[in-house]
Amino acid sequence: MNASWKNLRADFPILDQRINGQPLVYLDNAATTQKPRCVIDALVRYYERDNANVHRGIHTLSIRATAAYEAARERSAKFLNAGSPAEIVFTAGTTDSINLVAHAWGDENLKKGDVILLTEMEHHSNMVPWQLLARRTGAKLRYLPIVPGDTGLLDLDQLSSVLTPEVKIFAFTHVSNTLGVINPAADLCAAAKKVGALTVIDAAQSAGHLPLDTRAIGCDFLAVSGHKMCGPTGVGVLYGRAPLLDNMPPYRGGGSMISSVEYFESKWAPAPAKFEAGTPNIADVIGLATAMDYLDGLGREAIARHDEKLAAHAYARMATEVPGIRMLGPAQHRSGVISFALPGAHAHDVVTLADRDGIALRGGHHCNQPLMRKLGLPSTARASFYLYNTEAEIERLIASLQKIQKFFAE
Amino acid sequence: MHDLTDLYQTVILDHNRRPRNYRVLPTANRVGSGNNPLCGDEVTIYVELDGDRIKDVTFQGSGCAISQASASLMTLNLKGRTIPEAEAIAGDVLKLITSGDVKDDEFSDLSALAGVHQFPARIKCATLSWHAALNAVHGEPAPATTEKTSD
Repeated sequence: MNASWKNLRADFPILDQRINGQPLVYLDNAATTQKPRCVIDALVRYYERDNANVHRGIHTLSIRATAAYEAARERSAKFLNAGSPAEIVFTAGTTDSINLVAHAWGDENLKKGDVILLTEMEHHSNMVPWQLLARRTGAKLRYLPIVPGDTGLLDLDQLSSVLTPEVKIFAFTHVSNTLGVINPAADLCAAAKKVGALTVIDAAQSAGHLPLDTRAIGCDFLAVSGHKMCGPTGVGVLYGRAPLLDNMPPYRGGGSMISSVEYFESKWAPAPAKFEAGTPNIADVIGLATAMDYLDGLGREAIARHDEKLAAHAYARMATEVPGIRMLGPAQHRSGVISFALPGAHAHDVVTLADRDGIALRGGHHCNQPLMRKLGLPSTARASFYLYNTEAEIERLIASLQKIQKFFAE
Repeated sequence: MHDLTDLYQTVILDHNRRPRNYRVLPTANRVGSGNNPLCGDEVTIYVELDGDRIKDVTFQGSGCAISQASASLMTLNLKGRTIPEAEAIAGDVLKLITSGDVKDDEFSDLSALAGVHQFPARIKCATLSWHAALNAVHGEPAPATTEKTSD
């Protein structure tokens, strides 16, 4: 992998186009990132040369496909610093990973009186699966609040009062998709361990952005989406500590996840195969491993520094150069996700007008309706940066926002 | 490329800044609501029906400029109409929003909504309040929604 920061934008074919007559400025990376040529090539190469079903195949193509698929598991284990490839389950993405834990671990282990602890900044994908689990088991939901105001930081002073021994599982996001807050994952996991609660980390917004070491963080489960880290859509990873995965029943039944099947009963394959029923998403798993190579070629420390520098620069300029703007999330020590509100301009109008300037933003509740209500906003506009964004693009964003602000103020 | 002023016509911007009939109607005997779960837009329509006639109609809600202006225009154009007249107007306006075809110049202010059809992502913003208003007039208790939901 010859990823290099020099000419990095040329690695992303999609960036080289005009939108409404202007060069595309893609700032919707928290929704999905663009894909480098090497990932697109990996998908094409797989379908052109190696395509076959994996496992149990005896012919050459199947052996090749299986080897590439399992190599991607090893690659993912290394990417997350898992203890072994057996701790890596391929899923459809973060949502699918969280649902797997909520079903396979939750249904088996939760009962009435138990508590599921979440935070107020969770994406619907790390909220609704737990609501469904609570409904199935009679367990209760509880939330660690964010501090009042617009910084969106977790109120850690309240942690000890909500993280009590009834809490059996604590699910929280590593990086907020709305506020750009980076949560102290290792500290939260250590606190959970003290009361005997398992931890589930939604790493959708952090996996491609920050160094991510599951063992250093000390989490029990961690969920990742491929498409938010330069990989294909429809593929993701669930990391789970081996003893936990080993003791969990399957989530879905089908081929590939069994060791033996009788007409009335079956025995399961060991993890991770137990959780991968049916033909897996082979091509996209291989594409995801290529994305991991690409990101590590650039260095995740360097990506994190790049994101943070751009975000701090954008935040400071937006806050001072766009009259009346309301900035959400912390000013510094944040990820590249910046949500904001312009007075008199609804987020969807902001997004439509920015699009006329070739700038892709997102507007809405960002799958975070309870948080929006708490902030007293129906929606926000959001700019989210990634490794290919530049200060020149922030210049374009500021100019566009100033124009939009004027348009609605007049 | 469509000009932005096709979408954000002066009439739209004016109604967004100063929405008409934006209030709860204490004398309302019909209430209709609408929501767009994808973007979070919400609207409540209050109607005072006097027999077959819409004696008064007001709204409250949150949403983008298109949705607010459309709701504001709706109240101005449906007030005083009979139910069949209101249905006919709403039908024409919904067609106008989705196709851009202005039937005649009878609804001069409503023709400001003709530009919306060039922005497919924004059509539902403009139609929501009209569906909610029809619900109110018809005494339909379920909220109008841009997306189907199930429990």
